[in-house]
Amino acid sequence: MQKKLRVKTSEYIDETNRVSFKFNGKSYYGFKGDTLASALLANDVHLVGRSFKYHRPRGVMTAGSEEPNALVQVNDNTDRTEPNVRATEVEIYEGLEASSQNCWPNVNFDIGGVNNVISPFLPAGFYYKTFMWPASFWEKYEYFIRHSAGLGKSPRKKDPDVYDHKYIHCDVLVVGAGIAGILAAKNAAKNNLKTLLVDEKNELGGATIYENREFNKIENQSSSDWLKKEIQGLKDIENLEVKTRTSVAAYHAYNYLLARENLTDHLEKKDKQGKIRQRLLKIRAKKVILATGALERPLIFNNNDRPGIMLSSAVKKYADFYGVICGQKTVFFTNNDSAYESALCLHNRGIKVEAIIDIRDNSDSKIVKAVEDTGIKVYWSHTVVDTSGYKRLKNISVMKLSNDGMSVTGNRIEISCDCLGMSGGWTPAVHLFTQSGGKLSFDEENKVFLPSKYPSEQISIGSCNGDFKINQIIKNLSKNLKDFLKIEQTDFDNISVDIDDEKSKRNIWLLPSDKPIGKTKPFVDYQNDATAKDIKLALREGFRSIEHVKRYTTTGMGTDQGKLGNMHALGIIADTAGVKMGDLGTTTFRPPYTPLTFGTIVGRNVGEYFDIFRRTPMNDWHIQNKVEFENVGQWKRGWYYPADGESMHQAVQRESKAARESAGILDASTLGKIDIQGSDASEFLNRVYTNAWSKLAIGKCRYGLMLNEDGMVYDDGVTTRLGENHYLMTTTTGGAANVLGKLEDYLQTEWPELNVYLTSVTDHYATASVCGPNSKKILNKIIPDLDLSDESFPHMSFKEVKLNNVKCRVMRISFTGEHSYEINIQASYGKSLWEKCIEAGKEFNITPYGTEAMHLLRAEKGFIIVGQDTDGTMTPIDLQMDWIISKKKYDFIGKRSLYRSDTMREDRKQLVGLVTDDPKVVLEEGAQIVSELNQSPVEMLGHVTSSYYSPNLKKSIALAVVKGGKNMMGKKLFIPMEDKTINVSVANPVFFDEKNKRLNA
Amino acid sequence: MFLINCPYCGERDQHEFKAGGEAHIERPKQPTELSDDEWAEYLFMRKNIKGVQFERWNHAHGCRKWFNMVRDTSNDEIKLIYKMGEKPPSE
Repeated sequence: MQKKLRVKTSEYIDETNRVSFKFNGKSYYGFKGDTLASALLANDVHLVGRSFKYHRPRGVMTAGSEEPNALVQVNDNTDRTEPNVRATEVEIYEGLEASSQNCWPNVNFDIGGVNNVISPFLPAGFYYKTFMWPASFWEKYEYFIRHSAGLGKSPRKKDPDVYDHKYIHCDVLVVGAGIAGILAAKNAAKNNLKTLLVDEKNELGGATIYENREFNKIENQSSSDWLKKEIQGLKDIENLEVKTRTSVAAYHAYNYLLARENLTDHLEKKDKQGKIRQRLLKIRAKKVILATGALERPLIFNNNDRPGIMLSSAVKKYADFYGVICGQKTVFFTNNDSAYESALCLHNRGIKVEAIIDIRDNSDSKIVKAVEDTGIKVYWSHTVVDTSGYKRLKNISVMKLSNDGMSVTGNRIEISCDCLGMSGGWTPAVHLFTQSGGKLSFDEENKVFLPSKYPSEQISIGSCNGDFKINQIIKNLSKNLKDFLKIEQTDFDNISVDIDDEKSKRNIWLLPSDKPIGKTKPFVDYQNDATAKDIKLALREGFRSIEHVKRYTTTGMGTDQGKLGNMHALGIIADTAGVKMGDLGTTTFRPPYTPLTFGTIVGRNVGEYFDIFRRTPMNDWHIQNKVEFENVGQWKRGWYYPADGESMHQAVQRESKAARESAGILDASTLGKIDIQGSDASEFLNRVYTNAWSKLAIGKCRYGLMLNEDGMVYDDGVTTRLGENHYLMTTTTGGAANVLGKLEDYLQTEWPELNVYLTSVTDHYATASVCGPNSKKILNKIIPDLDLSDESFPHMSFKEVKLNNVKCRVMRISFTGEHSYEINIQASYGKSLWEKCIEAGKEFNITPYGTEAMHLLRAEKGFIIVGQDTDGTMTPIDLQMDWIISKKKYDFIGKRSLYRSDTMREDRKQLVGLVTDDPKVVLEEGAQIVSELNQSPVEMLGHVTSSYYSPNLKKSIALAVVKGGKNMMGKKLFIPMEDKTINVSVANPVFFDEKNKRLNA
Repeated sequence: MFLINCPYCGERDQHEFKAGGEAHIERPKQPTELSDDEWAEYLFMRKNIKGVQFERWNHAHGCRKWFNMVRDTSNDEIKLIYKMGEKPPSE
């Protein structure tokens, strides 16, 4: 017969609604309203997982998002599986399956448990110390370390869920719906402020809602009854939006906060379908009120990690909120009054409380008296020195504390128990406050870090601001809220609050044991298995900065980010090193507060929406003609068009040959196009390009090279003079946006006196580039009226014509070295222009070619591609393009830099051609070039930037940058590859038609 | 994410803007007259202050206008925004 562990009817648990679920393959049931943790505890399952390093059995320790131990894999082997989920946050639903992590073969018998036995050999920094040498062994170590690292298993299947992002703008954001948050949100909204109240739990009310402190009364009612009425009233308030299951992950500058709203994780599978799983809320709030509460601290003593050892407040929450008791024989261990509330609550339900161990000398508060009156034995000034019970707590050993709290005296008292509720006081949850840039100060009396300097329009209220008592919370809130929101009054200014005052305090960060510390395991970070011993070792080894100790011992580096134990780590360091905690400071609190799924972060930007694609107006034609696309920036550009059975190499060879032998056509719509107008347009071009522009006649085109101010090539392209004060500049595909940005920068900031206007027209025009010896005939068929004679329409000139009444701009320019025309037409006619060209070119076997053939063709001509043959370190002189630098112009962007000592060095890398001794061997782009083979270390002279097999020259050609290459014409160099060395000679980079005869063919 | 008050468009989210480095570094009118060191000073040397810094910003995904910003880099407080060509505040 199962023990009766569900002891109380709770309004938050629907006992008419049974929910069955599986844990480690075994079926259990709980009720609607249970978390996985409360349902497991109700089934007397305390052993939930194994710890990270020592594989020690661990159980549920808390009842909230701070849980370090009870991490589970949910729905393993399904497409919705998720690792490292806190059992305390999983709301159970029909069909839920969860399993323990970090154990093999199972949580009851875990081979890794051997680490616990050999733990004296696994001190802090074990990995750093052990795997350092010999260095060559790292690859073997790495395999072993990776195998033992990590807790859960990441999902292997495609996530079936949809995630969303949403922007929210509000006047007031209240984070945390405990008593303080609820009162603040209500009063903000009632004063006509658009208010959003969020809480990570599914029920409002925080701790107050279930935690009926015996002697706390608001308006002569129990505090939870009073708060329930307040919560009832929230529904009717205008301007107030309430979101539950919503956890604020990050608090950035300017009151920008990110929150995760959980929408379907608590639903059973059939109800999850077709809904958004989680939503990332991007909240911009005029004012932020943090009411994030406080987290109860554990106590740090020997073997403080066994299943059954829990926070005192968690024991109380499981009893009060879920109606579940965590043991038959419970002991509380505390340094403050709050454990007495938990003890009384159990006692009143008929659950045996064996004893209370209190490290204080006494306490005269009413609650303590009430507990003592029940006959529960209180051990004043005692501490727990050890615990036993491998998979479940069985026994604790208690001894008297010395006056200074540094040691224990007398005999061990053994107490048999199966649950130990511990309370080391409370830590204000200042995580979000510090993320926002807030500065903390240390309150020596209460041993807490509190908000002191606010970086933005925000306040912290309630226990996250150090107000732990209800009267304090309400009094301070009433005053602070009025100041902060600039309102006259609140509706709780005059309510009566009675409390039970706690006067006695004692804090010991690391409790002593009768054993030497070396023989104890006082866990500070449960998840990462960091003990006080490890922290002390780090200090002995010379670590002083708190950030270094953290990284060396991994304290606070688990998925819980040390929510429970970080304060103790700081305290132990301060005590050991003899510094004040306020001077020591804290480690940095970083977002997210609780882990986020990748799905939430990326939202809808998955699959085909992962990135933006830009497609040209001819895109459909390319697809119909079996193009392979290449990504160029955001553009999808045609790469090559394989005919049946053709490889990429074969297609590119065919396309390149056709373009030179008859006719080729390229979609050049992606080139950046900037319309430049204004009376100073010519002067502007003079300043931004290296060559001269004033004398360019209307209707003519010119190639230009643009530098950065440091003299390095930035972009290139052809610019056409359309009119007296009107130019059309083309840029590289990838550089278009940056070039426009740079030109705007100069116009607005350096040369505001110039009358020039820039407009991006890249998307407004489609461009078909027709090249080859038959291009003229094709153009003549499409536009018969246009005089294509060299006299009327020479190379590097432009005509505006009409094609079926649609205006076109035709440029006779060439990037292939062939006779060629670029036809620009309004984008919406792009496809029909392209189809016209294809139709007209049929008799000449017009061949569409992609970017790969274009690259090959221009390489045959030695034309550079900015970004392929240049890398931001090449001047025009390095490119052997001295001809493009105007000698007459006084200034242009980058001119002065061309005369710096560094840019004038003779041994800079310079662009040259390379030919291989064996014409069939094609070099690898990026391959390193050397002049000596038997040198050590060998000097790298440069590398190959472009390399192709030229079908028109029937040999391998390459462009390369080589130190001092300009003066190496004909020199033999070597390219050592993994399996062979390739012999090459330096050549003129113009491999084909050096005299440019074909341009006018 | 800051909120930036573009002098032409009003308050917008930071992701619409691009930072453009230190402000009030004027391009020399006669670069050819400068020594290598003087030119390098203009070209490369930038302050990176923890505290109040004068910066250029561009409303890149908005009106594309450049403007100046005085920002405290230690806490990201934007103290002042003013148009290009306007004099920096003395204090």
